[in-house]
Amino acid sequence: MINLRIDNKTISVPQGTTILEAATKVGIDIPTLCHMQLHDMNIENKPGGCRICVVEVEGRKNLAPACCTEVAEGMICRTNSVRVINARRTVMELILSDHPAECLTCAKSGQCELQNMAHRLGIRELHYTGGQSSYRIDDSPAIIRDPNKCIMCRRCEMMCNEVQTVGVLTAVQRGFNSVVMPAFQHDLMHSECTFCGQCLAVCPTGALTEVDETGAVIRALADPQKIVVVQTAPAVRAALGEEFGNKPGTLVTGKMVAALRRLGFDYVFDTDFAADLTIMEEGTELLRRLNGYLKGDKSVKLPILTSCCPAWVNFFEHQFPDMLDIPSTARSPQQMFGSIAKTYFAEKLGINRKNMVVVSIMPCVAKKYERGRKEFAVNGNPDVDIVLTTRELAYFLKLFNVDLNSLPDEEFDQPLGESTGAGVIFGTTGGVIEAAVRTAYELHTGKELPRLDFDELRGMKGLREATIDFDGLPLRIGIAHGLGNARKLLEDIQSGKSQYHAIEIMSCPGGCIGGGGQPYHHGKEEILRKRQQAIYLEDELKTIRKSHENPYIQKLYAEFLEKPMSAKAHSLLHTKYFNKHNLAHK
Amino acid sequence: MIIDTHLSETAEVLIKSICTRYKHDKHELINVLHEIQHHLGYLPEDVQQAIANELKIPVAKVYGVVTFYSFFTMTPKGKYNISICLGTACYVRGGELILEEFKRRLNIGVGETSADGLFSLNSIRCVGACGLAPVVTVGNKVYGRVTPQQVRRIIDEYIKIEEELEIAP
Repeated sequence: MINLRIDNKTISVPQGTTILEAATKVGIDIPTLCHMQLHDMNIENKPGGCRICVVEVEGRKNLAPACCTEVAEGMICRTNSVRVINARRTVMELILSDHPAECLTCAKSGQCELQNMAHRLGIRELHYTGGQSSYRIDDSPAIIRDPNKCIMCRRCEMMCNEVQTVGVLTAVQRGFNSVVMPAFQHDLMHSECTFCGQCLAVCPTGALTEVDETGAVIRALADPQKIVVVQTAPAVRAALGEEFGNKPGTLVTGKMVAALRRLGFDYVFDTDFAADLTIMEEGTELLRRLNGYLKGDKSVKLPILTSCCPAWVNFFEHQFPDMLDIPSTARSPQQMFGSIAKTYFAEKLGINRKNMVVVSIMPCVAKKYERGRKEFAVNGNPDVDIVLTTRELAYFLKLFNVDLNSLPDEEFDQPLGESTGAGVIFGTTGGVIEAAVRTAYELHTGKELPRLDFDELRGMKGLREATIDFDGLPLRIGIAHGLGNARKLLEDIQSGKSQYHAIEIMSCPGGCIGGGGQPYHHGKEEILRKRQQAIYLEDELKTIRKSHENPYIQKLYAEFLEKPMSAKAHSLLHTKYFNKHNLAHK
Repeated sequence: MIIDTHLSETAEVLIKSICTRYKHDKHELINVLHEIQHHLGYLPEDVQQAIANELKIPVAKVYGVVTFYSFFTMTPKGKYNISICLGTACYVRGGELILEEFKRRLNIGVGETSADGLFSLNSIRCVGACGLAPVVTVGNKVYGRVTPQQVRRIIDEYIKIEEELEIAP
């Protein structure tokens, strides 16, 4: 152990600890803009770039960056001397001298770490004027990149390269001109970007934000010709409350439904219903492929991979073009919902699909990209018209003077609002495959499941595997969340090192609960665990917990789709994938 | 020297052979870039993409390195690459005036290439011939104690070579 003193507090810490970590242990909160530690992923971003965390170390001539200076025996540190405070404020003023003063209209205002830091350091005046960066703003369908607001903390680069292994964002140029950019400064649309949104989830400033589509929803709601239908993804209810001051992990399902009704939506439906539908299609596909495989059919490929996550779909289209036939052909729940809403439900209402507007509330920015894919439209009319993130819904409610906390709990509308516990757990890593197991087991064996909770599939470990006994058939399951983990799993399959029957992949760490469109967690991973607990709680509270027992799903098949993977189901609920390898830069 | 915006077959073979020689080790990126630029004269987008594919790294990483080091260039160098030394000795003996004169006469900036593809201009830091300051190099040829008045003559020397080449065949 190493003994040192920080601001007159004595502390013993293991060798290799940084001054920043040691200070945290004695309750000293050294400010920093670039540092970010994600324990669950074993990832730490400490480029020592922002220089806000500098401290005085006795016997050392210059100030030391606390985030990347290791402790030494007998070290004496001051984190709040006049010299340190002055240096910190100077550094902050220099950062601000090349930052657009657009706080009042910036999408990150109120949630901006740079803004908060300026406040914390008591910056009241900017003494420096000098060069101003002037970069083009990159406006993709999901993510807006404004490099002028980049402070080179490189957190996004860490997420894009280390965690997600997508490798789109990187530091380019040098000195004053250095900035984080895609290759050749192309737009994200002309890169391998998956639009997972993990970059904007960690961006301390407004350099990376989601595309704001609330205006389009307001216009649709104000149009008397339009029937406006909304669907809410499972993970939204476990996080929306945070934007209204509730503790992480507060379930606000009923209040969210009430709030959406107050906004004026004609029908408040649930993506969980479509998740149940996904299980019917994907589960059936799994069993077909499994049975074919067991009968020795060489044309059948296993494992089957889930296909609910749009960033994951983008990832394998760009990076694993030789594996396009492995993922399930089932569309994501968002797209299944849109497809059913504009056919089955529009028919029930007796209206033309052009007069229906389908709005999604998603924890995800990639869903904004997904809804624009050409294959998900009929004669140019998209199945899903507008996607709002959880954060956008919160702004929207505040704009419309709706106080979520004061609302009563209300129920979803029918027929597309009924869901089972299996549908809600789609929101967390491990949930889709658990939901699939609950249904596939009963369809495959014809027996009732002895239990509903599969603890071996749950948790936060990046890569997990389990074997589930399908009445004598050991079904091997793999789970990965975070695209870096997905890559490892795929490479193991390619090399024949791992053999699974079914694999669930979610792009964001934690699954959708940690999606790029969720309330900012600012690196606090315990928030994700709380949201996960909330998801499993909602599952437990449901009377029906298996997708195939959802009465409205049964009715949908009886009245409209016939049976899972019927010709009609195939045309409305399934899709195909495209080889996009190296296409990005062309 | 190949000046072609498309990745020619020769370039493709070259990239493959150099990457193979470095055992497709991604840590050798800088050496790989160095050699390929030596042969091609510059590192356009297609070349960077091909290198990224060979070394199995994101093309953004390649681009990051190319833009970080001033030695690497994404614009083709001219047939005659003019380097003006701005090292301490050359600088104090008027290197910058020489550079300004080249810029004015060729109508290009540092790092740029003339429209006819003949000349490109860049500044360097010390060629180790401080006794000859200020120094200018054109390709492998070194000019010492250059004065602004000589700049025109140096340029004309190469224009003349080109004119003779045109007449010769």
